[in-house]
Amino acid sequence: MINDATLPLHVEATEWKLPSSRKVAVICLILTETGLFSIFVAAYLFYLGKSLTGPFPRDVLELPVLSTICLLSSSVTVMLAERAFNRDRVGRFKLWWLVTIALAAFFLGATALEWRRLIYQKGLTISTNLFGTTYYSLVGLHASHVVVGLCLLSLVFVFSLGGYVTRMHRERIEMISWYWHFVDAVWVVVFIVVYVIGR
Amino acid sequence: MASQEIALIDERQPGTSFVERLHGLVITVDHKKLGLMYVGTALGFLLVAGLMALAIRMQLAVPNNTLLEPDVFNRFFTMHGTAMVFLVGMPIIAGLGNYLVPLMIGTRDMAFPRLNAFGYWMFLFGGLLLYFSYLGAPGLAGHGSAPDVGWFAYAPLTGRAFSRGHGTDYWILSLLLTSVGSTVSAINVLATVFALRCRGMTLMRMPLFVWLMVVTNFMILLALPALSASQVMLLIDRYLGGHFFDTQAGGSAVIWQHFFWIFGHPEVYILIIPAFACVSEIVPVFSRKPIFGYPVMVGATVMIGLISVSVWAHHMFSVGMTSVGNTFFAISTFLVAVPTGIKIFNWLGTMYGGKIRLELPMIFCLGFLFQFLIAGLTGVMLAVVPFNWQLTDSYFVVAHFHYTLVGGFLSGMFAGFYYWYPKTSGRLLDRRLGFWHFWLFFIGFHLTFDTMHFPGLLGMPRRVYTYDAGRGWETLNFITSLGALIQAAGVLCLVVNILRSWKKGKVAGNDPWDAWTLEWATTSPPPDYNFETLPVVRSRRPLWDLKHPEDPDWKYD
Ligand SMILES: [Cu+2]
Repeated sequence: MINDATLPLHVEATEWKLPSSRKVAVICLILTETGLFSIFVAAYLFYLGKSLTGPFPRDVLELPVLSTICLLSSSVTVMLAERAFNRDRVGRFKLWWLVTIALAAFFLGATALEWRRLIYQKGLTISTNLFGTTYYSLVGLHASHVVVGLCLLSLVFVFSLGGYVTRMHRERIEMISWYWHFVDAVWVVVFIVVYVIGR
Repeated sequence: MASQEIALIDERQPGTSFVERLHGLVITVDHKKLGLMYVGTALGFLLVAGLMALAIRMQLAVPNNTLLEPDVFNRFFTMHGTAMVFLVGMPIIAGLGNYLVPLMIGTRDMAFPRLNAFGYWMFLFGGLLLYFSYLGAPGLAGHGSAPDVGWFAYAPLTGRAFSRGHGTDYWILSLLLTSVGSTVSAINVLATVFALRCRGMTLMRMPLFVWLMVVTNFMILLALPALSASQVMLLIDRYLGGHFFDTQAGGSAVIWQHFFWIFGHPEVYILIIPAFACVSEIVPVFSRKPIFGYPVMVGATVMIGLISVSVWAHHMFSVGMTSVGNTFFAISTFLVAVPTGIKIFNWLGTMYGGKIRLELPMIFCLGFLFQFLIAGLTGVMLAVVPFNWQLTDSYFVVAHFHYTLVGGFLSGMFAGFYYWYPKTSGRLLDRRLGFWHFWLFFIGFHLTFDTMHFPGLLGMPRRVYTYDAGRGWETLNFITSLGALIQAAGVLCLVVNILRSWKKGKVAGNDPWDAWTLEWATTSPPPDYNFETLPVVRSRRPLWDLKHPEDPDWKYD
């Protein structure tokens, strides 16, 4: 009879190193999220110029330059925060982390104002025409990811105020920053598709 | 000492009362329990969806039948298709992956046990929600029932105007839930394989089963979002007044077909690759030879995965694409046949010159090989565009994909059940009853699905609730329905066998098949921690090395 006690068949001297399961999982998550966004982007591109009635993108869309700069620079600040964290500079970590949160919040606020302007001044809602349908769903899908990111960031910040974020959480911090970079990268695509090609 | 004894007793019999046992299942995060729960629940749904198929076949057994009303018939084929794909196929592969992958790679649990439990419960409640539509879908408005738009739910049939009540919404929401479950389970399997392999288990030493599970789960990650995204779009159309699939406002019904099949075609491979996985483990063990061409098998599977994401529009030849589009999708579909053929060749190569033992798992594998070959051939026929124009939406197509999913997928799973059941229960499935299952199912299957090709060739469209006499379809349909009854008898044998053998079957021992992969190195059933000390492997067949120290595999690596 074979039992597990006899199993260490041969002890190998070589190092046995495997990637962290958390990293693999986050990469997989990003992969499947990419698939999700691809379909919405494909729908947006396919329906460009197919709206039968106005308002049309060129009439109502304005380049969200400031909020784009904010979101993209939040990728830099989250990196700085991470670096400070890895060097045990807690104060600096909290500062950069807070800046990241502020930038993300600014981006969301700007999106909210833009939507308000489109809805109340331009009369564009999700049901107005195809442009409205595709625009709000693609930008909204991205914004919902920003909201999730903002929740994660805030959670870490609150915990760090209480001193609960320690070296043990290094990899989790890194994973959140990976997710955040992904959200930013998606925005680059959305920006190009909606505001550059789509206008 | 006394407390230790109590702990031991508790482990063996986790609660005696039903409530305690149920509680144990609800709170468990153990990959083996969850794996069995996945498979058990899927078998439950298989019976329900199978009964629906049986009702459909009874309705079609004779012309001008009135057993099922037309609208009931529509609900039945929709629920049958949806349930078979999402509540039977997907959870069975999740269950197999859950149970076997950690054992095969020599680890104690999945990478994220709680996420694993979460995935199961999402699947279960998604499935229940789908069936709840029979009660819930009429809503306050009073019309509508279970979804009746077909499992691929083509627009504009799913628009508010044509699909009243909440049937379509239940279809969307329940599948979104099960998709979340499938996604987290796929992430979990991949993280487990890449991060938790035991010492010495390099990627190219993994059992082929694990490799194929990796490919399938990658495909889940890539394909499922297409379905989820288009379902969200449909929800936006139905509830927020969006226009994605609203042709009146410039939207496109064809884009739904594209998005659906971007998911739908890879889905077929997501289901069939785990069947390949079972066959790739069973055939070598019962031929007493290592798998023929391991690296080629891995490569061919990856190729299938890659090519299968670029063939989706072969489901849409009759929609009116450009001839460039038609040609592209026809050629890419032919291309999939190449790696698939390589795999069949390798299984035959493994058997060639081997000492074949005709035990139940092997018999089902042989059935699988034969049926999957034919399914592949009719698949290639359907990839010929003009032939497809003639036969699309006919019973020929229905026969073809049931050949892949019942003759291929389900036979592969049955083989897996007979092979790994002794590991999960410690007892063998009864051999005599197993042969009854095989022969009834085999004969019933061929009666049904061989015959079903012909009404299709004669022009019988799919999804008609009845047909007139005198078109030459009567005998063929009658034989088809007869076969369905025989298949049902076969499945009944399996269910009885599974239930009866759990307590009363012949004791199997740890390694009843004299196999070579790590799951057979531990006890049957395995303890909660799987392995007392984590194994170390030096070749693809660690148990061969252990049993044959004079001639281990690693000498030849
Ligand atoms: Cu296909």
